Amino acid sequence: MTQPLSPVLIIGAGSDIARALARAYAARGCALILAARDPAALATLASDLEIRHRAAVTLVACDVTAADPEPFVTSLPVLPGTVVMVAGLLGDQAESAADAAVAERVMATNYNGPARLLLSLARRMEARGSGAIIGISSVAGERGRGSNFIYGSAKAGFTAFLSGLRNHLARKGVHVLTVKPGFVATRMTEGMELPPRLTARPEQVAEAILRAQEKGRDVVYVKPLWRMIMAIIRAVPEGVFKKLSL
Amino acid sequence: MLSGWGRWPIARCAVTEPGTSAAAGAALADFTSIIPRGNGRSYGDASLNPDGVLLTSRLGHMLTLDEAAGVLECEGGTLLSDIIEALLPRGWFAPVTPGTRFVTVGGMIAADVHGKNHHGAGGFGGHLLWLDLALPDGRVLRCSPAEHEELFAATCGGMGLTGLILRAAFRLLRVETARIRQRTVRAPDLDAAFAIFESAQDWTYSVAWIDGLQTDARLGRSLLFLGEHARAEELPLAERSRPFARAARAPKRVPIDFPAIALSRLPVRAFNTLYYQRQRPGDALVDLYPYFYPLDALLEWNRIYGRRGFVQYQCVLPLAESRAGMRRLLEAIARGGNASFLAVLKRMGAESFGHLSFPMEGYTLAMDFPTSTGNLALLDRLDAITAEHGGRIYLAKDARAAPATMRGYPRLERFRAVRRDYGLVGRLESLQSQRLEIG
Repeated sequence: MTQPLSPVLIIGAGSDIARALARAYAARGCALILAARDPAALATLASDLEIRHRAAVTLVACDVTAADPEPFVTSLPVLPGTVVMVAGLLGDQAESAADAAVAERVMATNYNGPARLLLSLARRMEARGSGAIIGISSVAGERGRGSNFIYGSAKAGFTAFLSGLRNHLARKGVHVLTVKPGFVATRMTEGMELPPRLTARPEQVAEAILRAQEKGRDVVYVKPLWRMIMAIIRAVPEGVFKKLSL
Repeated sequence: MLSGWGRWPIARCAVTEPGTSAAAGAALADFTSIIPRGNGRSYGDASLNPDGVLLTSRLGHMLTLDEAAGVLECEGGTLLSDIIEALLPRGWFAPVTPGTRFVTVGGMIAADVHGKNHHGAGGFGGHLLWLDLALPDGRVLRCSPAEHEELFAATCGGMGLTGLILRAAFRLLRVETARIRQRTVRAPDLDAAFAIFESAQDWTYSVAWIDGLQTDARLGRSLLFLGEHARAEELPLAERSRPFARAARAPKRVPIDFPAIALSRLPVRAFNTLYYQRQRPGDALVDLYPYFYPLDALLEWNRIYGRRGFVQYQCVLPLAESRAGMRRLLEAIARGGNASFLAVLKRMGAESFGHLSFPMEGYTLAMDFPTSTGNLALLDRLDAITAEHGGRIYLAKDARAAPATMRGYPRLERFRAVRRDYGLVGRLESLQSQRLEIG
């Protein structure tokens, strides 16, 4: 068990999972750098963390889809000990399939942008010889399904990216953790009918991530049942899989 | 499906759980009829509305802490338990706390909650500097004793019927330790209990646990618990360097709904007698948590009343009528033979400015009853006795009273006028406000 490396940079800090993560890290005594497109919207969260946990909180603006990540990374007050990439965009499959610009946004927010940003941070952590990189990917990236393969393929790319980065950094002192939350009850999934046994609360996701980081895990599914379900889904022969309505 | 803490009644309600103040304001405008709900600790139907319930669970941020002035500013959904956890180690406590810490600041204002220090400190509303109230017409108004005073007076104790409390600022209480110096006193009957209360007015905290099943000479047999925040020098030497340390005790949870037999007359009588004899009179240093929140250590304790749920009854009688009125109430309860697990008697201080604020100078009695037709009939008799003695019932506990009981609130007409002036009639409503015809 090791204490998470401080400060913790959370990218995409406006989401429900990110807010729960910020609370969990602050409760562990970590300083926080919260990055979001609109950092002003995080002011209430920041003051809450400062009062509750006496956490040092810095708010910074960040657009993950920016073509060049260097200006953002060099503007950070310090190179973080831990970076958590929470940014993501579910999008709507039908819209993404019909409109290239919409698909491009989903791809940029779930793969291109996060990968570019993490590469830039990883280079610096590698040079320093320490750090933790945590990426929130998705079970949707394990097999492309007709109902959400634009999002799924971008997450598949992100999962592969994280696994390769882990391999590359394994002996460089930098821990890379891939998180596959499964269903989470958040604003992103509001209005969907989600099976309760497979659905986590944002606080559970945050706790699972911190535990996995402290134990040095590589891949974490928040609800263990998902690991089994995805193993089955991956094992279905393509000839059968293509005929299923998923 | 939602219910209050008493698990009766239950109603299917459309809910919304906004994540920002702006979204909350929009929800107030969107729903034709809605009621805010904090942590669901009012007992009856005060936070139920089939047409719309606004959950404030995601609006619980602490905004500023001014340690020089001892003032906390926070969102309405902030839990008192979170505030105490964050601030007690820094020497701050709530100026007024109800018997559970699992309440929101918005809920504390809406019920104008009182605590064991009401005789000296008054209700929670008296410690507010201001509150920001969102109205269904989109306005957000800062209300205080100096701004929008009528709306402020209607909101403190107004059961959420004046709008959504987005933010509030209130004064904190300085404490030196996380301990209470407690004095336990036995009162063999009701007269003795009154005498002790009247002579204990200088104590910051006072409350009596009363055995509701005793009759005749032992009617009102009770244990009084008086308390003061322990000063640092009152701690044992070894503990003085860490005055806010407390024993970490994992809360227990009630795992099942109890069967009805568990609360029939005999077991409760046995428990009450045992409890009375076990508590040693005298002084002791006790942890602050079990002193203020004995039932919070038992999560979901409401399940001991089983699936049918329970109703809590709490009334207050004016000082001059207290002795005669309480005797009649206790006689009716003892004669009813309906087990009451927890009965509490407390001396209250002066009435507050809140139009529907519950406390008045006098005595308040609170107890639980398992939901049953017999008990509901008994509560109607208690309402009648309360009314005959010029008292009133506590809306945060109520689940079943008739509209006529609102006569206990002489400023109801002013409350109604505020509702009309700010366009709230029909927009902010609960099953309780409809049942009591608050209008």
